[in-house]
Amino acid sequence: MMVGRKSLTKRLLTVDLPMLAILAFTLGPYLWMLLTSLTSEKLLFTEGPSFAGATVENYIRLFSTVGFLTNLVHSFIIASGTVLVGLSLSVTAAYSFSRFSFRGKRYLLLQFLVINMFPVVLLILPLFVMMRVLGILDTHLALIIANATVAIPFSVWMMTSYMNGIPRSLDEAAMTDGCSRLGALWRVVLPLCTPGIIATGIYIFITAWNEYLYALTLGGQNVRPITVAIQTLIGEYEVEWGLLTSGGIVGAMPATILFLIVQKRLISGLTQGAVKG
Amino acid sequence: MHTLNEPAAQVPGRTALARRVLPYALLSPAVLVTLAIVFFPMIQAAWMSLHDYILWKPKDFTFVGLKNFAAALQDEVFWISLKHTVIWIALTIPAQLLLGLATALLLNQQFPWRPLARALIIIPWALPSVVIALMWVWIYDANYGILNEFLLRLDLIRSSVPWLADPDTALYAIILTLTWQGFPFFAVMILAGLQSIPKSYYEAASLDGAGKLRQFWHITLPGISGVLVTAVLLRTIWVANSIDVIFVMTGGGPGYSTYTLPLYAFIKARTNLDFGYGSSLAVLFTLMLLGLVIVYLRRAGRTVN
Repeated sequence: MMVGRKSLTKRLLTVDLPMLAILAFTLGPYLWMLLTSLTSEKLLFTEGPSFAGATVENYIRLFSTVGFLTNLVHSFIIASGTVLVGLSLSVTAAYSFSRFSFRGKRYLLLQFLVINMFPVVLLILPLFVMMRVLGILDTHLALIIANATVAIPFSVWMMTSYMNGIPRSLDEAAMTDGCSRLGALWRVVLPLCTPGIIATGIYIFITAWNEYLYALTLGGQNVRPITVAIQTLIGEYEVEWGLLTSGGIVGAMPATILFLIVQKRLISGLTQGAVKG
Repeated sequence: MHTLNEPAAQVPGRTALARRVLPYALLSPAVLVTLAIVFFPMIQAAWMSLHDYILWKPKDFTFVGLKNFAAALQDEVFWISLKHTVIWIALTIPAQLLLGLATALLLNQQFPWRPLARALIIIPWALPSVVIALMWVWIYDANYGILNEFLLRLDLIRSSVPWLADPDTALYAIILTLTWQGFPFFAVMILAGLQSIPKSYYEAASLDGAGKLRQFWHITLPGISGVLVTAVLLRTIWVANSIDVIFVMTGGGPGYSTYTLPLYAFIKARTNLDFGYGSSLAVLFTLMLLGLVIVYLRRAGRTVN
């Protein structure tokens, strides 16, 4: 009994308290932003943010005067488009990497990794020039293509690792039962890696939703996703922190919620390769 | 494997050919698209860097060889940006690593609310960098920011500090923000590494009378060293490349005090529309990163095989 209590105190001091401190550092800024967004503009500069007079006034203004809903729709179109492009191109590629051994496989797989290592600035300038020539600057398509530069390689890696986890004997069994290769992919492998496809898709969605530099450079006028819209609020409404922070909360909400939903599966997929390496 | 190979041996010719072509056929959509939207633009960037190319003079595309590169080496701002990039990496990565390691070690202990803590700790990772930048600009605000109020109440400073407007503090203020944003990544990676160390090692060590510190030094650290190296490499490349947080927080200012190399390249192209010089800066920076990228690929390549 004594031992149990002593170790509980010890645990509180060595584990729970430090963990709480780190969590306070992690969540503090976010909660501070939330609190600010719930404080009316008048109170903000006289008494500072507080829960006492919590109001959704900033949020109402955000949607009624700044037109934030349009920005949300733009972001949604771009992020969904990127998910479609990323997943549809990578599923067959991942199947090929996971099931066949062929000449040049290693280099082909590594080139998908290399892509993500190069600076965005290196790509952003030529993409701008290319899209200007094609006349697609400032369209949803432009931003979907730009985001695909990140989404495709990521998706290929994730899907390959998920498919490696599905025993080959299953597609072999399907093929002895008369399925073709592609039939086995379609009927056996795809259904089994649906959770992996969903997790990968959600991660692509989050990345595309959060993306800013491409959106600013290749879009920004007609097509203005929330990240750019939030940033423009800084210039247009110099000191309106209530409005800005509520924009931040709304803009971060979809990605945060999705991330919390898939975090377990996603993290196991992301860390798998790292732990082995 | 046998069931797969037998029919091929019986029916040579077309089937065998189809089998050899199929993997490439399945790969080609993804490969062709990445060639078109990544590798072709990269070559184009290298090509642009050899030209005088200012966007509002579209007819002017004269080949100048390495002139842009020579200009960069004599450009004071280039060296300032390079210095900041080095400081920025040298401070951010160790800070993220240490905080991430501490977090992972805590999350590896038994306590009732561990799943909740593990889910909440990664929130910074999910936030858009614009929101992160905005949030911290508000925290650092000279008049109403919480950081100043906090430090004033603790009596650590006498008067409010304009963190982002002061050239001496701006870079470090951004480094703190980036540390906050990136340490969850380390925590998650290291935690995965910790969980792959067999418990029996620790049991054996404590039977032999090894204390906690010795166990950490002789079991934990070697056990996670692979993950640590991979995470540091990957994160260094990402941190070096990241522009968005600085761009929104200070835009490089005040003066040049928060310029980093990729940011300089971006600003050169975006505000001066000098795409030739901008791409040559981007190419130079990429060449500098290349060493790290190669080391990382070597490690990753081993996992592939």
